[in-house]
Amino acid sequence: MPEQLMQQIVNGLLIGFMYALIAIGLTLIWGVMNIVNFAHGDFLMVGMFTSFWLYTLYGLDPLFSIPICTLLLFVMGLLIYRFIVSKVMAGPMLAQLVVTFGVSIFISNLAVYWWSPDFRLIAKPLLSGTWDISGVQLSIPKTVASIGSIVTSLFVFLFLKKTKTGKAILATEMDREAALLMGINTERINSLSFGMGAALVGIAGAFLSTYYYIYPQVGGVFGTIAFCVVALGGFGSISGAFIAGILVGLVQTLGGFFFDPSYKYAIVFMIYLITVWIRPQGLLGW
Amino acid sequence: MRTKWVSIMCVSLFAVLFLTVSVFAQQPKTIKIGAVYPLTGNIASTGLDCRRGAELAVDIINGKYNLSLPLAKTEGIPNLGGAKLELVFADTKGEPKNGMSETERLITQEKVVAIIGAYQSSVTKTASQATERLKIPYVCSDSSSPTLTERGFKYFFRVSPHDAIFAKDQFQFLKDVEKKTGKKINSVALLYENTEFGSNVGKYAAQYAKEFGYKVVADVSYPANATDVTSEVGTLIKAKPDILMHASYITDAILFTKTFKELNFTPMGITTFAGYIEPGYLPAVKADGNYIVIRSTFALDLAKKKPLIGQVGELFKKKYGVEMSENAARSFAAPFVLADAMNRAKSTKSEDIVKALLTTDIPGDQMIYPWKGIKFDPKSHQNIYATGTLVQIQNEKYVTVWPFDAAPAEVIWPFPPWRGRK
Repeated sequence: MPEQLMQQIVNGLLIGFMYALIAIGLTLIWGVMNIVNFAHGDFLMVGMFTSFWLYTLYGLDPLFSIPICTLLLFVMGLLIYRFIVSKVMAGPMLAQLVVTFGVSIFISNLAVYWWSPDFRLIAKPLLSGTWDISGVQLSIPKTVASIGSIVTSLFVFLFLKKTKTGKAILATEMDREAALLMGINTERINSLSFGMGAALVGIAGAFLSTYYYIYPQVGGVFGTIAFCVVALGGFGSISGAFIAGILVGLVQTLGGFFFDPSYKYAIVFMIYLITVWIRPQGLLGW
Repeated sequence: MRTKWVSIMCVSLFAVLFLTVSVFAQQPKTIKIGAVYPLTGNIASTGLDCRRGAELAVDIINGKYNLSLPLAKTEGIPNLGGAKLELVFADTKGEPKNGMSETERLITQEKVVAIIGAYQSSVTKTASQATERLKIPYVCSDSSSPTLTERGFKYFFRVSPHDAIFAKDQFQFLKDVEKKTGKKINSVALLYENTEFGSNVGKYAAQYAKEFGYKVVADVSYPANATDVTSEVGTLIKAKPDILMHASYITDAILFTKTFKELNFTPMGITTFAGYIEPGYLPAVKADGNYIVIRSTFALDLAKKKPLIGQVGELFKKKYGVEMSENAARSFAAPFVLADAMNRAKSTKSEDIVKALLTTDIPGDQMIYPWKGIKFDPKSHQNIYATGTLVQIQNEKYVTVWPFDAAPAEVIWPFPPWRGRK
């Protein structure tokens, strides 16, 4: 029993770190622009397919395709912001809501058209198998992805706190008009954070592709959980998203283990509802 | 002057309309059949597969083929002046609400005379509520929830076996395999996705487990679109069952297979429903799918005993470049059953088709399934001859292993441990 419990805690942490990494990009975009990026899950899918195709066509392992995924998604995010999202930023709230939704539908259907709805896995990734640590099975690719998630989150956190651009992003997040008055080019900050948000989920996609199957609709399931994580952690809070991601992962596996697995998502969303009830701004939101 | 122009225009317009109508009337008319499938969404790959099966069936009915299938040797439907069938597809996105609305749209706007498809039982359930209300025949050959034919619907017919039959088969298989190998089986764990399909399998499996004298040591349901199933597998490992019985769709089948391996879950046998036989499954998991047993109504290796299966399999491969799968084979049945009924009814009116469907009697040698034939129960409208077989994945291929006397391959039992496989 303690061995099984340890196993579930480990599993919860491993999936939680992945949720956290996916959610960080989303919370950044949300925080800075007050825009719900419904296409976030689809960005993840593009990241996963990028590393899949780099592997299939050029034999490049997902671990090494991380920089390419990051760059590609950054550029994609930038372009989508410049040519689509920025056009409706001044428009009504509903237009802002609908635009990323449209982008989401467009991207996932384009993926079905180009790559067919089939399920794909990276056949022989560099990382595979499990470590057996006194009876507890530790998946190697998931562990490496978790380390990647911690490093990336730390990097984003430090970037926002220590660099001038990072501080400008935080300032825009807190008060757009004040930031504008202080001479911050908020339009540039917008496109930068949209690009960064996309790039971060690109990293998540590359890591996820080492152990998860890839198909055009994969973004849907992870996207929904990412929204829950962001809302739980507090809109725009990087550390909040990180903690909430791990929390959701742990609650999901332990809840499923102690009660009945069919309740696991109900428990996750119940905790979310309770949090919102007590602290509407989320755990670390302001 | 102006009125003269208007009247000339009117007359010529009428003339054109009249001509087109008479031109159309001379050609054999086309009969529209609505096909509702999940063409996008989570199980779009399955939907595509079903679509291909139905399309090939309509091709064979409309063209001339030297096959022993109903209406294959003639073009179109002979008793309706050689009328051709036309499939009108609608996308359910795998959701019950779309199943109903798309079916309604097909009937009221596209004017289809019958409905086939849906694949997911939960979607078939709502779609068939629409056909029942609008009084249009629905021939289903790809959904397997037993409740679908327990509702006493007048317009709903099912060709393929349902999960109660499949569940019973699996327990019969366990009894047989116990006898064959001498390895005693005491307990089973039930694992199923929580919609219409899975939960019904769970219900029937629990019932048959009792009947066949096996102890159910775990009863686990889960949402099919889960991103992580380690807690489910943890619960299974805790229960230490001899046999795992799993009803899944495709994404969860892939995820569970990977998690079984990762957490080293090795019961004596894993017997499954649906997800593990979908064409996307094996390419995704490759050798990790080996030794899993799946319920089936079709397998290409049955061609050794029934050449028709090989011939249809060839046609399918030529047309789509991939092997015919179980899903495609199941969806393949409905157009034939409908065409046969319309041919005998000499009509496309609902009531006539339903009447003809009730007297359907297609012999076993005119089908690609290992059944005695197709004949509907007058009350439930379930095909009384539909039975299942079991296939096992061996060397990354599906081979039929049960019933033992009819199967071309031997079952590999017990399930070899994950660690130490090549």
